[in-house]
Amino acid sequence: MTALEKTPRIWGLLAQYEDPHAIYKACEKVRDEGYEAWDSCTPFPVHGLDKAMGLKPSRLPWIVLCVGLTGSTFMLWFQTFAMGNLYPMIVGGKPLFSLPAFVPVWYEITVLSSCVTAFLSNWILSGLPAPHHPAFNSKAFERVTDDKFFIMIESQDPKFDLEKTRALLQSTGATTIEELAS
Amino acid sequence: MSSHAPVKPTDITIPDTSLWAKLPAIGGVLAVIGLGSVLGMAGGDNRARAMFSYLFAFEVFLGFALAALGFLLIDTVARAGWSVVVRRISETMAATLPLFAVLFLPIVLIGYHELYPWTHEADAVLDRKRWFLSDGFFMGRAVAYFIIWSILSWTMYRGSLANDVTDSKVEREARVRKLWAVGAAGVILYALTQSFAAIDWVMSLMPHWYSTIFGVYFFAASVQAYFALMALVAMGLQRAGVLKNAITTEHFHDLGKYTFGFTIFWAYIAFSQFILIWYANIPEETEFYIMRTHGGWAPISYALPVLHFFVPFFFLLSRQVKRKRAGLGLGAAYIIFMYLVDFYWLILPNFKVEGAHESHFHIVWTDIAALVGMGGAFFAAFAFLLKRNKVIAINDPRLNESLVHENY
Repeated sequence: MTALEKTPRIWGLLAQYEDPHAIYKACEKVRDEGYEAWDSCTPFPVHGLDKAMGLKPSRLPWIVLCVGLTGSTFMLWFQTFAMGNLYPMIVGGKPLFSLPAFVPVWYEITVLSSCVTAFLSNWILSGLPAPHHPAFNSKAFERVTDDKFFIMIESQDPKFDLEKTRALLQSTGATTIEELAS
Repeated sequence: MSSHAPVKPTDITIPDTSLWAKLPAIGGVLAVIGLGSVLGMAGGDNRARAMFSYLFAFEVFLGFALAALGFLLIDTVARAGWSVVVRRISETMAATLPLFAVLFLPIVLIGYHELYPWTHEADAVLDRKRWFLSDGFFMGRAVAYFIIWSILSWTMYRGSLANDVTDSKVEREARVRKLWAVGAAGVILYALTQSFAAIDWVMSLMPHWYSTIFGVYFFAASVQAYFALMALVAMGLQRAGVLKNAITTEHFHDLGKYTFGFTIFWAYIAFSQFILIWYANIPEETEFYIMRTHGGWAPISYALPVLHFFVPFFFLLSRQVKRKRAGLGLGAAYIIFMYLVDFYWLILPNFKVEGAHESHFHIVWTDIAALVGMGGAFFAAFAFLLKRNKVIAINDPRLNESLVHENY
């Protein structure tokens, strides 16, 4: 090895678990150690894992509520303004401001703006789309969509120390531990 | 996945000292006093007004019992596992349905002509409807409804009770599968009988008027209130020291979500009925809303969308509120109150003082007495059945799934 060649930088550690009970306990332990830059991957939703990981409640509901209410208010105003000022037209002998006639569109736009916001915000908050991830370098990780459970701790976590973190994962009952190249 | 293993509950019978154990006696007394005084009034000069009070209270509590049956059947068909810990509440409440056959008698024996104009009026429209709105067919349908409801509710109830005392796992699972089949047929029968009962007993108060969504309106309103009642009953049972650990925040959260969901459903149905009538503006249809915007009914008509939809919608929107007993309890009590207002607004505008040209909004004491009496009878029967058996389907194959149920 020449002086110019560095050891390849480690992205993080990937630990494999065999069942949901094991990863649940392991997550609680990693959480209690105070790690922040880490994640868990499971083949199906494991109920309560968010609590075991110590995840904070998502901001998504508040974003959806705000945009939903904005869309709702805008559409009600827009229909009133368009029917009353921009293009006043009597339809079916009803007054220009006919709230019942506005309700379906008002309601649909509330739902539409909420849904689109929920969808897009979910992608943005989750960091999607992500065509590549260091975990994809691991052969074992392919089974995350089948029957294996994984925890990965990133090296950028301030508490990350290759040996100590490895020992921690070992103590949580991980069956294999891999180093992930970045 | 949760961090705790299922623990089979042991606090599964109602203690003799609790209010639930005394409820059959208290409710019975209230029923005798309340319904007795209303029917006493009906024997006098105010027969029509007293019978409208009676019909209002009857529909309110029939709504609860029917919604309990509806939820039970849907739950069975969907093979829901989460709800096993609270299912006995629905089973027992649905099992009170035969009582309503008895409570229905005064409506046909005393108030028949006062309540239903088609029994004695005749015109071109009513003559064309005569084949459907005739004494024999009306009574025959009522008998059919009560027979179907009684058979369905007691098949579900007794099947579930039988599993409590069956030791063989194979036998229990076979019985559950049988109930799934009953549920599948029951859902169809329920949808038809529930809709037609609403049309017969409430919509035919205005025999010229029609709304094809009326049966669904009755369903939406009563199911919404039923989920609220179910949450309150579950809280009441826990207060009496029953199922203290079996029913968790997760189950209350789900009941809250159902209450919230049906709040939107009620508004959707109520508005669907309104907008078609408003837009088409045909006299025989608009009659329904014209009656309800005159004679002091207008404030209730305008308040309903706000107080029955927007207020509970925003109140129950938050996950935190639904997961707190105080929040859910307050929301549930409020929704039940609005359900009473809704049914009052649905039924009472059909009453006119002799010779008056329109109905006037005026609460009289028989409205309250009928509610108290009917509620007394309903809760007496419910508590009586609940006291006799375990308050949870303790041997249900899905009990463990329900005990550790968590919302994601």
